Amino acid sequence: MRFAIRIDVTHVPGVLDPQGATVERALPALGYTNVGAVSIAKTIRLQLDADSEAAALAQVDEMCHKLLANPVIERYTVAFEELV
Amino acid sequence: MKVGVVLFPGTNCELDVQWAVEQLGGEAVLLWHGDATVSGVDAVVVPGGFAHGDYLRTGAIARFSPVMDAVGDFAAAGGPVVGICNGFQVITEAGLLPGALQKNAGLTFVCDTAALRVETTRTALTNLATVGDVLRIPINHFEGNYVCDAETLAALRAEDRIVVRYVDNPNGSLDDIAGICNEAGNVVGLMPHPERASDPLLGSDDGVVLLRSLLAAADEQARTRT
Repeated sequence: MRFAIRIDVTHVPGVLDPQGATVERALPALGYTNVGAVSIAKTIRLQLDADSEAAALAQVDEMCHKLLANPVIERYTVAFEELV
Repeated sequence: MKVGVVLFPGTNCELDVQWAVEQLGGEAVLLWHGDATVSGVDAVVVPGGFAHGDYLRTGAIARFSPVMDAVGDFAAAGGPVVGICNGFQVITEAGLLPGALQKNAGLTFVCDTAALRVETTRTALTNLATVGDVLRIPINHFEGNYVCDAETLAALRAEDRIVVRYVDNPNGSLDDIAGICNEAGNVVGLMPHPERASDPLLGSDDGVVLLRSLLAAADEQARTRT
């Protein structure tokens, strides 16, 4: 079966997110003074063939640990999407 | 005695490193990333540049190149390995050193000369230097902000593994760290470029003491081979 998968790679909370911090500082200049906790993340989408959702998830976890996310500074979440 | 300089697609400092080593009387050979061997060299330098375009994360893809298995084995056996700038990023992604390099705190690419303080001489890159030496060495990076968790930082400090610190932190690096080493001191990673401070004509030859230290470590390695 083919699965469409979305992986969101986010910063570990507490680790400096310079991009998020910079965007957060830029918003007040546009008049938005009520915005905080801005963080910028990365979305990876892929399709993979596996026998089951569980097998697909297991493989995605492996790929994230090996390449797609750096556990020192990043966390990730996985979601299944509509195959188009 | 030969120094191997790794070359990935996107690396751009390999010839500078080779030139600097040869200026000091050493011999340097390029190691193509696709080769699964370090070709019998006595030291490995992973130089600066933009390996694989820094795609996904700096060094994230380069760490899987065939040559990196051989570099890992060489390091595990005690061979001197120095990662410079992108090379530091590659070897942290490869797990040869802890922590990670983040985007600079000011979110600008910094191209400047940094004053570095030598913090320890028990490494393959600083064995001929003196603690407290201040060396003027160029930096040229967007992702040089060293981070690690509290446990790792405590270990680095307790084990004398912070090799060089910035006198004036240019990128927000944790504890002003510019370079660190592994437990044995044979693997060193640093963001500044010693090869760019290897001749008075370049504005500073403060990098010479670091390069000579590496050649001394390579000589030592060559002796253990025979």
